[in-house]
Amino acid sequence: MLIGASILVAIGFLIAFLVSVKRGQFDDQHTPAIRMLFDDSSNENKSKPTN
Amino acid sequence: MKNTTTSEITKCYHCGEQCDNKSIAIDDKIFCCNGCKVVFEILSENNLCTYYDLENNPGNTNTTPLFKEKFSFLDDHSVAAELLEFSDNGISKVTFYIPSMHCSSCIWLLEKLYRLNPYITNSRVNFVKKEVSVTFRDREISLRKIAELLTSIGYEPQINLSDLEKKHQVHSHKKLYAKLALAGFAFGNSMLFSIPDYIDFSAGLTQNFKTVFSVLNILLSVPVLFYSASDFFISSYKGLRKKILNIDVPIAIGILALMLRSLFEVLSQSGGGYFDSFNGLIFFLLLGRLFQEKTYATMSFERDYKSYFPASVTVIENDIQSVIPVSKINIGDTILLRNQELIPADALLLSDSASIDYSFVTGESEIVEKHKNEMLYAGGRLSGSNIQIKIIKKVSQSYLTKLWNNDIFQKNKKQNLSELSDKVAQYFTIAVLLIASVSGGYWMTIDWKIAINVISSVLIVACPCALALSIPFSFGNALRIFGKNKFYLKNIQTIERIKSINHIVFDKTGTLTWKQKPEITFSQKLSNDEQKWVKTLAQNSVHPLSRYLFDHLDVETSGDIKDFVEISGKGMLARIDDHEVQLGSASWLDHDEILRDNKASNVHVAIDGNYKGYFSIVNSYRPGLRSILKTLGSKYKIALISGDNSREKEIFEKIFEDQGIEGTIKFNQSPYDKQAYVLRLQAAGDRTLMIGDGLNDAGALKQSDLGISISEDINAFSPACDAIIDASQFKKIPMFLKYAETSYNIVIVSFILSFLYNIIGLYFAVSGSLSPLIAAVLMPLSSISVVAFSTISTRLIAKKTGL
Repeated sequence: MLIGASILVAIGFLIAFLVSVKRGQFDDQHTPAIRMLFDDSSNENKSKPTN
Repeated sequence: MKNTTTSEITKCYHCGEQCDNKSIAIDDKIFCCNGCKVVFEILSENNLCTYYDLENNPGNTNTTPLFKEKFSFLDDHSVAAELLEFSDNGISKVTFYIPSMHCSSCIWLLEKLYRLNPYITNSRVNFVKKEVSVTFRDREISLRKIAELLTSIGYEPQINLSDLEKKHQVHSHKKLYAKLALAGFAFGNSMLFSIPDYIDFSAGLTQNFKTVFSVLNILLSVPVLFYSASDFFISSYKGLRKKILNIDVPIAIGILALMLRSLFEVLSQSGGGYFDSFNGLIFFLLLGRLFQEKTYATMSFERDYKSYFPASVTVIENDIQSVIPVSKINIGDTILLRNQELIPADALLLSDSASIDYSFVTGESEIVEKHKNEMLYAGGRLSGSNIQIKIIKKVSQSYLTKLWNNDIFQKNKKQNLSELSDKVAQYFTIAVLLIASVSGGYWMTIDWKIAINVISSVLIVACPCALALSIPFSFGNALRIFGKNKFYLKNIQTIERIKSINHIVFDKTGTLTWKQKPEITFSQKLSNDEQKWVKTLAQNSVHPLSRYLFDHLDVETSGDIKDFVEISGKGMLARIDDHEVQLGSASWLDHDEILRDNKASNVHVAIDGNYKGYFSIVNSYRPGLRSILKTLGSKYKIALISGDNSREKEIFEKIFEDQGIEGTIKFNQSPYDKQAYVLRLQAAGDRTLMIGDGLNDAGALKQSDLGISISEDINAFSPACDAIIDASQFKKIPMFLKYAETSYNIVIVSFILSFLYNIIGLYFAVSGSLSPLIAAVLMPLSSISVVAFSTISTRLIAKKTGL
């Protein structure tokens, strides 16, 4: 039983990975890493740059 | 515009360029030019100044000002349809290639396009490919408007002929990832199921369990065999059909033997089989594939003239200007060319005169004067005022573009597989088959069961897994190290080819010489005021020599200029600060003092009718040229072929002599001559390396065993080639060549290492004592040690050589 369960879990991960590849999650591994660093909320209030 | 003089170095707030004496200030921010100021204004109006917070001076130096009609060809429906990826119900999506994208601020701004225009719904950046995908409402905003918007903020999209003709081929590793995932999954699980076979749990495990595990193993391995391993079978089948024993043949044999033997053992209940080794083997091999297939997504090595040519031209018909795509040009069309535009097809000049810069095509650095009704060849760049031309040949049939109709561009010059591993594989396969049959024959006399066992064991153990991994990992690493040093190779086979090179052919213009910064010397002495006048005069001309002079003279300009006259191809004349300043060719000044032996690239100066002397403008050579030639000359045959006139022949003959090089120096070579020259060398048995830069070298680069194109800007266009090198790395070329050779030797050593493993394995196999356990240990061990060896040694040696 446990063996069957372990295989099912593993297959689940395999399928999840294959789906993510197919949807293009691995096409660009660089931009998202930079994108998430942008601070979205602050720039609405700022009219003048601080530098 | 207010001119302020600043003595200290001020950097433009927008682009970070050093501001000269024409900087503009808003508040406390300094801008180097009007273009940068305008971009800043657009951004600050739209509250997008975070752009400047993310990085210092993120902007792009404003390039050529946009003329109004530049993107009007995007209004053409057929063009738009080619470019749009998707268009439905008022929503369209387009992807632009933006070469000037370079930092995180760029990403930020380009993904905020919707704030600049409400009809743009979304924009996404792929930084690695330098692309931005824009989704927009096509009823409210046109493609052209988007292109113009991007240009207005300093990100001009590059759209050229090849974009219009075919969609970019999206090369992705999706399939490889999937195959790898499957193999990895099967590898992990089958290892788990095989443990009972290796460690004796028999006390607790019944035979039933063993059968269940075996069946599960088979279920796991079958998809791996048919899906993940399919490439090896296909490749070896293709090789066999061409009667070539490539490296995939012994791999395929090994995989098959492994699978059949395991199946046999399970079905006959004589053992657990080698499923874990099988899956592991495929997993490692695919990993190697992934590693070697890393390519540079932003760079294209397969460009032809289409990438150089503009996507659109302005056609004049019945006095009405319209912009059409280049592919739609017909013979007989009248075309308006602006300063710095390329001539798209062979044509006749309709205007009175024109200065054409053919350096792009021929390597000749001098501007050519053309007069009415003279023939203009495609690829020339107009330098000077607007002209009209009449097309007489189709784009693809022009003098320059005919080069690409040559056979060499039609076929792929080298087969894809590594020559070295294939050569080894030939002997390897034969040897393995021999050993298998001899040892099988020997055991046959004793017991046929053992004989079959031995034969299959030999085939399994001899599977050149480690062998097949050593090339991807050594060369793959070398490729990355080269990439870090701005030397970008097309693929790993290129490294192998570097090794066989024995003749290096250089182009001159743009390769050995430096286009941007010529050496300028003045024959006599000019006072400060006189220099100022010359600079002022030069400022008013677009002639390249004037531009060089303008950049060279380190004085202010005068605002007081009157009666400016420029005769194209001759020179110019004006009254500056009440002095008559005359600048130009010898025939323009027509002065007694001008020496007879005059060079065309001399610019003469006369002030108030008095001859003052001349500026001699000579191409400057890349730093380190002499030492490079010396290093390379001691090892390779050297040749220099240039499309330029033979003005510099003596200089180079002297350099060659000084460095003790006996090389061929040829000038006045057409693009066809260059290609033919390389072909002659090859016919004489030489393996050539061509280093060039322009379209005029394209034929020779392609013909050559290895073509390296040198480029000031890696993302700018470079002709079809095997490798691209950043111009700043020019002096490292000898190091690169040496390192390529070293990594070749590393491969040889790791070959020997993997042979050792094979021999150990063969010992067990031939003696008939190969157990699944030994196989399961030996195979990953050999693979991992070879991978570790090649990775570590390539890195160590790179560090040692200073790469």
